[in-house]
Amino acid sequence: MAVVAPPGRYGVVVVGSGPGGLQTGYGLARLGIDHAVISADEGPGGMFRRLPIFERLISWTKPEAPHAPGTREYELYDHNSLVADEPHWQACVPELMDRTYDVPSRAEMAAALESFVGRTELLVRYGCRWEATRREGDDLVLETSDGEYRARAVVFALGVTTPWTAPIPGLEQATHYVDVRPAREYKGRSVFIVGKRNSAFEIANSLLPWASRIVLASPRPIRTDVLGHSPLRTRYLQPLDEHVRGGFGTSIVDASIERVERTANGFRVDARGTSWDGQLAFDVDEVIAATGFRTPLLDLPELGVATVADGRIPALTAFWESVAAPAVYFAGNATQGSPGLRKQGLSPSNSAVNGFRYNARVLVRHLAEKHFGIEPERPLIPPDELVPHLLRELARAPELWIQKGYLCRIVNRTDDGLSDDGILPLQVFVDEPGPDAVAVAVEMAADGTIYPAVYVRERNRISERPLDPHPLHDYESEPYRRALSQLVGPLLGST
Amino acid sequence: MEVASLVDTLAQTSLFADLTRPQLEAVAHEFDEEAFGEGQKVLRQGLSGSGLYVILDGSAVVTRDGEEIARLGRGDFFGEISILTDGPPTSDIVAATLLRCLVIPRPDVERFLLERPHVMLRMLRSEANRLRGMLEWRS
Repeated sequence: MAVVAPPGRYGVVVVGSGPGGLQTGYGLARLGIDHAVISADEGPGGMFRRLPIFERLISWTKPEAPHAPGTREYELYDHNSLVADEPHWQACVPELMDRTYDVPSRAEMAAALESFVGRTELLVRYGCRWEATRREGDDLVLETSDGEYRARAVVFALGVTTPWTAPIPGLEQATHYVDVRPAREYKGRSVFIVGKRNSAFEIANSLLPWASRIVLASPRPIRTDVLGHSPLRTRYLQPLDEHVRGGFGTSIVDASIERVERTANGFRVDARGTSWDGQLAFDVDEVIAATGFRTPLLDLPELGVATVADGRIPALTAFWESVAAPAVYFAGNATQGSPGLRKQGLSPSNSAVNGFRYNARVLVRHLAEKHFGIEPERPLIPPDELVPHLLRELARAPELWIQKGYLCRIVNRTDDGLSDDGILPLQVFVDEPGPDAVAVAVEMAADGTIYPAVYVRERNRISERPLDPHPLHDYESEPYRRALSQLVGPLLGST
Repeated sequence: MEVASLVDTLAQTSLFADLTRPQLEAVAHEFDEEAFGEGQKVLRQGLSGSGLYVILDGSAVVTRDGEEIARLGRGDFFGEISILTDGPPTSDIVAATLLRCLVIPRPDVERFLLERPHVMLRMLRSEANRLRGMLEWRS
C-alpha cells in the first residue's frame, strides 16, 4: 500500500478527520491543491464513535423528501451528510439509516463518513497525532507523532469535543458528561446535572425513566422562545415538560453553583439563585458536569490564536482564519468562532454539520484564491436570467436556507457582463470593497419571520433591501420578480 | 496560557459594577463574548439589526461617512443608540486593536435592561455625560 501523506511540505495541511476535516479535504482534492489530511484517530469521524453518549443525533435526515437524494435541493432535508459535486457521492447518511430513531444514530453517522471517504477516495493519514506548532518564515510547522509537516496554511478541524469542566469548587469530583454510564445504572438514584444546554438535556432525557429525581441547574434561564426555533427541542421536551407541570421528578433551577462537596452517601451541592433571590442546598447521589466542551487548541494560543468563551473557541474572521494568527484556519464545529453579522441576534448553524459543510466549501475556495492564485469559476449570466437566478437561489439554495443571514449568493457586474460570484459570507460582501454587485440572503427577523434580503453594492456603498415574507417562501412568483427587478435595475442599467 | 474568565472580566466592567456574582454568572452564561481582529468591522452604518456591545478589552474607532469621530476603550459600550431609536447604526465601529466585547443581541436588549435596572441607570448616566460633553462643546 502506498504511504499516505507522509511528513513533508504541502500547500495546505488539514488536521482532523471529522466532518469538517473531510469536507475540507474533499474540496482541496477536487481543486488539485497539494495537501495532506492527518488525524490522530484510527478512522473517520472519531467523535461519533464516542459522542453523543446516548446515540441519537439531534439533527434531521429525512429519507423521504420531495427531492431525490443526490440533488442540491435534497440537502435541505438531510442535515448530516457531507456535500459533494457529484450526485452519486451525495447523501451518504439516509442510505445507512435503519430508522430505529427519527434522526440518525452516531454509529450511522460514523458509517456515513466512512462511506464518503471510500466513495470520494479521500486520502487521510490516520494515527498521526499533531503535537506542537511553530512558525518558520512564511511556513507553519506541525510537529506530529510521525514527523514534521510544513505548509503555507493549516486548517484545524479538531471539533469542540474536549471535555470542559466549569471552574466551580469541587465540580472536578463530579462525573463529566463524557463519562456518564448506561442509563439503567442510575436506577433509583437522585441526580444533579450542572448545565442546561444540549448535553445536560440529553442526559436528563435519557435518565428520566431510571433516576428517582433529576435536577438541572445553571445560571442562565431557559428561553423557551429560542428553543422553539432550535433542533435541541427534540431533547429538551420531556424533562422540560415534567418541570413545567410542577417538577415532580425533574426540576430546572436558575442558579449559580457555589460548591460541590462529597458526603458519606453522595454529594452536597450549594447553589444561589440568579433569576430569583435565595439559596438552595441539594443532597444527591450523583453529580454530572454537563458544562460543555472546548476546542483542543494545544499550543496555538502561544502562536497568537485568540479565543472566546473562556478559552474554549478560537475567535475567527469571516473566512474562519484566526483573528490574530494569520494562515491558521479552522473548519468544522470551531467555525462558530465566526458568528457573522448576527443580525437580529440570529446565529448561523456553524456548530452543526449542515452549516459547516458549506463553510468548508467556501473556505476551500478562499484558500485556493488567496494562497494558490486559483480563481473560482464565475459563469456569465444573461441579463434577463439575473432575476430568475437570484429568486431561484432565494427559494431553494440550501446554503442560504441553512446559513441564514450568514452566507449569500453574489452576482458581480464586470466588463464582460454579469458574472456569478458564487456563495460567500455576507459579512465579506458588506465589508470588503468590490465591483458593483448584488447579493441575496435568507434572513430571519427577531419574531421568527423568514424573509429574503437583497444587498446592492454600487461604487462600494451597500444598500440593504428586505423583501416581503411569503407563507410558503415562494419567492419565484410575480410580485418578487417585480420587486427584485426594480432593485437590480442599476446593475443592469448599462450592461 | 491562562485566560481571565468572562465572569471576572465582567466584574471589572463599570456598567456591571452593581451586579452580584450570581447575576454576573447569568450574564456570562446567557450572552456571548466576541473577539475582533484589528481593522475588522463590528457595526456598520446604515445596516439593520445590530446589538449592544460592551468592550471588555481593546479599543475601537467610531467613524461616520469614513471620518473618525471617537475612540472607545475598555468599559465603553456601543450599539445602544440604534437599538433605543429603532434604526440602523449611525456610525461604523471598527476594531483598532484586538477587541473583545460582550454582545447582547438586539431583540434581547430591552429585556436585559428591564431585568437589570442598575445597569440601565449606569447606562443612562453615561449617556447623560456624553450629552453634557456635546452641549458644553457646542456652547
